[in-house]
Amino acid sequence: MRNDPEPPLSPAEERDLRRVAAMMVPASTEYDVPGADDPTIFADIVKSLGRDLGDVRRALGALRESVGGAFADADASRAEVAAAALRDAGGAPRAAIERAILQCYYRDDRVLRSLNIEPRPPFPKGHVLEQGDWSLLDVVKKRPKMWRDAPR
Amino acid sequence: MKRNDIVDVLIIGSGAAGAAVAWSLTETKMRILCLEQGDWMKNSEFPSTGRDWEARRFADFDISPNRRRRDTDYPINDDASVMKIANFNGVGGGTVFYTAHWPRLHPSDFKVKSLDGVADDWPIDYWTLEKFFEENDRMMGVSGLEGDPGVPPRHPPMPPIPLGKTGTAYGKAMNKLGWHWWPSDVTVATTEYEGRAACVNIGHCTPGCAHGAKASTDITYWPLAIRAGVELRPRCRVREITTNEHGMASGAIYYDPDGKECFQPAEMVIVACNGVGTPRLLLNSKSGKFPNGLANSSDQVGRNLMLHPWPQVRGYVEEFVDGDRGPMTSIWSKQFYETDPNRDFARGYTLQFARGTGPVNEALQSVSVDQVPWGQGHHAAYRERLYHRLQVGIACDDLPEAHNRVTLDPERKDSHGIPGAKIDYTIGENTRRMMEHGIARATDILQAAGAKHLYTSRTILNSPGHMLGTARMGTDPDRSVVNPWGRCHDVKNLFIVDGSVWVTGGGVNPTSTIQAVALYIADQIKQRLATLFD
Ligand SMILES: Cc1cc2nc3c(=O)[nH]c(=O)nc-3n(C[C@H](O)[C@H](O)[C@H](O)COP(=O)(O)OP(=O)(O)OC[C@H]3O[C@@H](n4cnc5c(N)ncnc54)[C@H](O)[C@@H]3O)c2cc1C
Ligand code: SF4
Repeated sequence: MRNDPEPPLSPAEERDLRRVAAMMVPASTEYDVPGADDPTIFADIVKSLGRDLGDVRRALGALRESVGGAFADADASRAEVAAAALRDAGGAPRAAIERAILQCYYRDDRVLRSLNIEPRPPFPKGHVLEQGDWSLLDVVKKRPKMWRDAPR
Repeated sequence: MKRNDIVDVLIIGSGAAGAAVAWSLTETKMRILCLEQGDWMKNSEFPSTGRDWEARRFADFDISPNRRRRDTDYPINDDASVMKIANFNGVGGGTVFYTAHWPRLHPSDFKVKSLDGVADDWPIDYWTLEKFFEENDRMMGVSGLEGDPGVPPRHPPMPPIPLGKTGTAYGKAMNKLGWHWWPSDVTVATTEYEGRAACVNIGHCTPGCAHGAKASTDITYWPLAIRAGVELRPRCRVREITTNEHGMASGAIYYDPDGKECFQPAEMVIVACNGVGTPRLLLNSKSGKFPNGLANSSDQVGRNLMLHPWPQVRGYVEEFVDGDRGPMTSIWSKQFYETDPNRDFARGYTLQFARGTGPVNEALQSVSVDQVPWGQGHHAAYRERLYHRLQVGIACDDLPEAHNRVTLDPERKDSHGIPGAKIDYTIGENTRRMMEHGIARATDILQAAGAKHLYTSRTILNSPGHMLGTARMGTDPDRSVVNPWGRCHDVKNLFIVDGSVWVTGGGVNPTSTIQAVALYIADQIKQRLATLFD
């Protein structure tokens, strides 16, 4: 099994994708986070398209077709309508473009810190899992056997 | 073609079942060889060691072989199936990726015809397997708590994983409803165990524990089997099992790591390629004597595929819970497991309570169903969800239906040009009713826990990676592929030991029982050595 060779996004496609990223996850002063079109995050998105490249291209094609030209240059209301149509159509193109953007946005150091998450891989430090309230199990322990035996 | 020296036992596939059988047979001192198409895994390469750990689950560690597309994978065309296939091909097989949830089939699962008038009884029973369940629990290293009224007695060698915040929230909800729940048995080490480190709550048991706390067979059975003399050759993909003029298996043709065709002669062959890989291999092993595929005079090879429909209901509570900061599985409930004549379906299901999920996955899942919007509302809605998730899975019993099957796909081939597998699978009426019942109960539980924004996912997203029933066990050679101790009716030195031999699916994750059955078959082989091929 081999990955199909797919040419990288063209500069025009990249511009369109950046617009989608900004629409999907805009910057927020309230939460003190960048948008997904932030230069560092967006560079990560473009670099990490991997297996989703073909479907992302299809999603961008659908958006361009909806607005009748470059999606990056479409006025706000037309762009919103096109994005809603893409979401309604669902399927692999929607899944791919959301995955491409969100998987990079939610690993950015600034975004993770704003969520009180230490920006590091889970290994090797792991996490602390508290024991929780084992006394809750006392009533269950008192129950009679529930499983059915069967002829041998 | 290169011809190797003959071995006594050739095992094909090194996953859950292949590893257990290899280890068990070492005491016979026979020359045992295992051919495995995949690689040995390296802990340092697991996703949880890098910052892209969630993204890699959609790339080289995806649970679908069709997206993962390693050269060691083979294509599985599941377009005609409502359930998608999840697996892993490598030393350890699916146990490298599995979530380590460790229930057993119940005694009633083996006798569904006698008890409930559906499907067929197994030709063996729970109590025959009990000592193999126990042996396997010690070998794999199980954590759990004795005394569960919902299941027969068992003796996990390690204490259970902590309830944590999430388990506590579930426990309170279940007590409010008066329903059974119990900390799940899991093959995650909670203490140091036979050279394995105790879990440090990395939280990503799927797709592989970088810390080595989760029991996959590459770190449990295999080191012991290899030390006892078994040879394991990775990156060796078997194309077909060959037979001689007497209709006995004579060995296998495989591709070595350099892609060279080799013939491996063997006195006996044991297939352990899982419920899709095994029928694929048998169907690819056609010959003049076996024109419909090997061991397939009954036309049962590939049929009766069971995949365990597994709806999930999730919701979000106000308080913070554990999310992905601990093993993914937490507790189980057997409240609805056994048949209840007041319900409109036979058999039942386990409720499996998940701990939560990580930041990327939460975003993907919530955005994909419009629960978290694109645009300005995104951040607030996302923050209401991350680390607030409760999620209940419904592990439905799956009964055999002949039209649910694995066939060959001549169009989609693996990297050696061998036809891939094609899946046809629909969900039966009994299971549909069971699913809806389970969804309603899971909804009750989440509501009792005070969860909001409930969302139900019925099938598509939920691929538990269970593949069962496609070379089933039975006494009647017209209706089954192997006899009650795993030997093919048609070929007397060919054995099948993986989940293919299951007669019915039960409502649990299967690996504990797959391995208990494999150890039982190995024990039968040892006991019958003198007359094994008669
Ligand atoms: C994401 C995921 C989560 C899971 N979670 C759980 C869980 O929590 N609890 C549970 O009980 N189960 C779980 N499972 C299921 C579990 O992994 C399987 O039940 C188990 O591994 C099946 O064992 P097996 O021996 O039948 O086959 P496998 O473990 O799949 O092993 C088959 C092996 O055969 C090899 N093979 C196949 N064809 C060939 C060939 N032609 N030549 C050479 N080698 C070949 C494959 O590469 C593979 O390594 C999960 C599975 C997945 C994918
Ligand atoms: S939670 Fe435990 S078992 Fe799972 S990956 Fe982390 S350390 Fe390993």
